[in-house]
Amino acid sequence: MIFASTGRVTLKFLRSTGELALFMTKTLSHCVKPPFYFKSLLNQMIEIGFYSLPVVALTTLFSGMVIALQSYSGLSSFSSEGVVASVVELTITRELGPVLAALMVAGRVGARMAAEIGTMRVTEQIDALTTLSTNPYKYLIVPRVLAGIFMLPVLVLIGDIIGIFGGYLISIYKLDFNSANYLRNTWNFLRSIDIYSGMTKASVFGFIVTMLGCYNGYHSRGGAEGVGSATTNAVVASSILILVSNYWLTELFFAR
Amino acid sequence: MTEFKVEMTNVKKAFGPKKVLDRVDLSVKKGESLVIIGGSGTGKSVTIKCIQGLLVPDSGSIKVDGTEIVGMSERQLEQINQKTSMLFQGAALFDSLNIWENVAFGLVEGKKMKKSEAKEIAIEKLRQVGLTPDVANLYPDEVSGGMKKRIGLARAIATNPELIFFDEPTTGLDPIMSDVINNLIRDCVTNLGATAITITHDMSSVRKIADRVAMLYKGKIIWQGSVAEINSTDNPYIQQFVNGRAEGPIQMEIKS
Ligand SMILES: Nc1ncnc2c1ncn2[C@@H]1O[C@H](COP(=O)(O)OP(=O)(O)O)[C@@H](O)[C@H]1O
Ligand SMILES: [Mg+2]
Repeated sequence: MIFASTGRVTLKFLRSTGELALFMTKTLSHCVKPPFYFKSLLNQMIEIGFYSLPVVALTTLFSGMVIALQSYSGLSSFSSEGVVASVVELTITRELGPVLAALMVAGRVGARMAAEIGTMRVTEQIDALTTLSTNPYKYLIVPRVLAGIFMLPVLVLIGDIIGIFGGYLISIYKLDFNSANYLRNTWNFLRSIDIYSGMTKASVFGFIVTMLGCYNGYHSRGGAEGVGSATTNAVVASSILILVSNYWLTELFFAR
Repeated sequence: MTEFKVEMTNVKKAFGPKKVLDRVDLSVKKGESLVIIGGSGTGKSVTIKCIQGLLVPDSGSIKVDGTEIVGMSERQLEQINQKTSMLFQGAALFDSLNIWENVAFGLVEGKKMKKSEAKEIAIEKLRQVGLTPDVANLYPDEVSGGMKKRIGLARAIATNPELIFFDEPTTGLDPIMSDVINNLIRDCVTNLGATAITITHDMSSVRKIADRVAMLYKGKIIWQGSVAEINSTDNPYIQQFVNGRAEGPIQMEIKS
């Protein structure tokens, strides 16, 4: 009994991993072959980059604020303005900025992509594309995945600025730090690797979110229920994968 | 050159344990109109999806214009699909595009025609299926089911394909509109020289559209013949289907 069900689960896991790998390979190979749908790419970039700004801004703002507060109260015995500024700067740019932005985008955009493409699958719109001599990978998947890869770093850059600003607000107005000193400290601590490691992470996360959103939608079946579970799977799987890959990316960049 | 547009030999297709097609042999001559009849769920839609490469048969051979399409690469299949088109059972209109963009899709994306030019053709095709130009700017969710069907039909014939599949073209239409559609399908074959494969349950459609009729039952083509023969044949299956009787050799699987 146990063996049989374990075997079944393992088989299913292996099959979907294989399917996902195939899906990724196909998408990547269609990325470089014309025709290219620039208008859909632009639409998706606006959808991801522009319409996700409010949620990303809010989450990073409050994270910056809470880090400032927490690092001050936790480290107050040897606290100085320098410590708070650096903790805020490091946690936001290296970790929380990319991870939070990616999780928000997974909930917003990944879910939406899975639902949209899933609906197209179960209503045969994807088959219709094929019969009208349009490759669904090129028309639907490639623009979404590229938009994710390009736009998440932009979102994260903006989120970094807003998050650091959140920390600044708390430091100045609640902790009574000196504004000029705080800014100077932030600036002095800031290293370019903080920013570009965060943005590289963001690109990887953008790939994960859009790829899993599209994959789950593309392979959904069985009407409204199938689309529903595709959406859930897309969000859950990409959230987990974001957190796991974040660890390995950190290790790649910073562990020596 | 072969005289056949489509030749299926020994085609099998199963979904899991469920055998849907079990050695289907069917051929269609160039410029001929074939109608496939058969009960719901006997695999009529599956049959035509196999011919377009939307589903891959488990075994057997399918030739279009003498070229084997089973096992063909995606790109070669795209070439074949340039010459074919399909009206889907559920219309499968693109929700994100308005009506005329739907009808013009194959012209704009497939044949790279200019949008203004394609729009004119789209409006003309809409007129042919009995729709006025003022629906052109509506979206699919703003029109009725019967209209969707006709828009799907307009989209299928817009590119003047050589081989057209109509999946239940008159289901859900009133008798008068059905007749308009039947005439239009007949016209595609007689005047434009297209080859048509139509699925229908509607015997008046069969009589109007068909040159030849084939009946699918339990995964096989159990009878085929000219449209005149369906009235004279003593095949009990055909007699039962044509006269629409519950009693006879065809047992509907009624699940409670
Ligand atoms: N993609 C699919 N996956 C699993 N089963 C399918 C699929 N497409 C069709 N089937 C099954 O194949 C059978 C025949 O379907 P279909 O060809 O749509 O019937 P019809 O003759 O009414 O058009 C049905 O029982 C259906 O459940
Ligand atoms: Mg059907």
